[in-house]
Amino acid sequence: MASSSSYNSPCAACKFLRRKCMPGCIFAPYFPPEEPQKFANVHKIFGASNVTKLLNELPPHQRDDAVNSLAYEAEARVRDPVYGCVGAITFLQRQVERLQKELDAANADLIHYACNEIPRALPAQPAVTLVHPMAPRQRPVELNRRMGSSEGDGGFYQTASSFPFSYPLPWNAGDMNEGGGGNI
Amino acid sequence: MTSTRCAACKYLRRRCASDCIFSPHFPSNNPQKFASVHRIYGASNIGKMLQQLPVHLRAKAADSLYYEAQRRIQDPVYGCVGIISRLHQEINTAKSELAKAQAEIAFFNAHAQAQGQPQFNLEAAAPSFNTFLPEQGSSAGHSSFGPSTWFY
Repeated sequence: MASSSSYNSPCAACKFLRRKCMPGCIFAPYFPPEEPQKFANVHKIFGASNVTKLLNELPPHQRDDAVNSLAYEAEARVRDPVYGCVGAITFLQRQVERLQKELDAANADLIHYACNEIPRALPAQPAVTLVHPMAPRQRPVELNRRMGSSEGDGGFYQTASSFPFSYPLPWNAGDMNEGGGGNI
Repeated sequence: MTSTRCAACKYLRRRCASDCIFSPHFPSNNPQKFASVHRIYGASNIGKMLQQLPVHLRAKAADSLYYEAQRRIQDPVYGCVGIISRLHQEINTAKSELAKAQAEIAFFNAHAQAQGQPQFNLEAAAPSFNTFLPEQGSSAGHSSFGPSTWFY
């Protein structure tokens, strides 16, 4: 968690808002002056007062992750004003589905091997162990159905303290040919 | 007048103009939609974002904003990023499983070759992820999207 010395240097938020950065500024721990774009994005998408409200509703130990996730979403929305983060979610869901198909095909091949294998040709071996398909899980977030519904997406689990902030936005991967989103 | 106001103008208790930017996307029969986006983004920010988009893209933008707002309300700490994290983990798991399956297929192929039997085409089984080893990522098993470019 970065912190800025409000005595010498106002935080990025107070610089942006052109106000004095007071001791105890709620933004100062999370918006260091060295990262002006972070607050600029968050301010553009969410607004300072909404961010303040969100942070005030959270215990202090969760605010760092919350700010970083807001910054991630804000950056995603700045880059893709139509789909924002949802574009990334759709892209990843398609990857999951494609991988699942490939895994199913590979498992089918293994079944075929298991059926065709001549037991006497091999030394005593255990039965072919199929690679388990992905464990039954919540279906991928179904944006079409879930839009307009207040229900959750089946209880996705979040990382606890280790927030996966190293995941780059798909725009940086260079291989995202779909222009975000899709069928939402 | 009151019955023709969109959900946004009803929420904001104002007159709904004929060119209200919210009304096509926040119909009065779904008050929850505007309430959610207003709570997370604020009406002014929503209006600005929609205003900056061509008309034919605003509906999708409104829907995606609603989706993100819903996720943020459900998970105030991680919002949509929690879902992205989960999907990355699923992808990593699937890649590992696929690599194991491919390794087993390769084993059987080698065995079949030794016995002069027909083999399976690994490429057909997994055209996109033809690798025998899981990706060597970080210890946290992060995705293989490339080097981290989190912030600036």
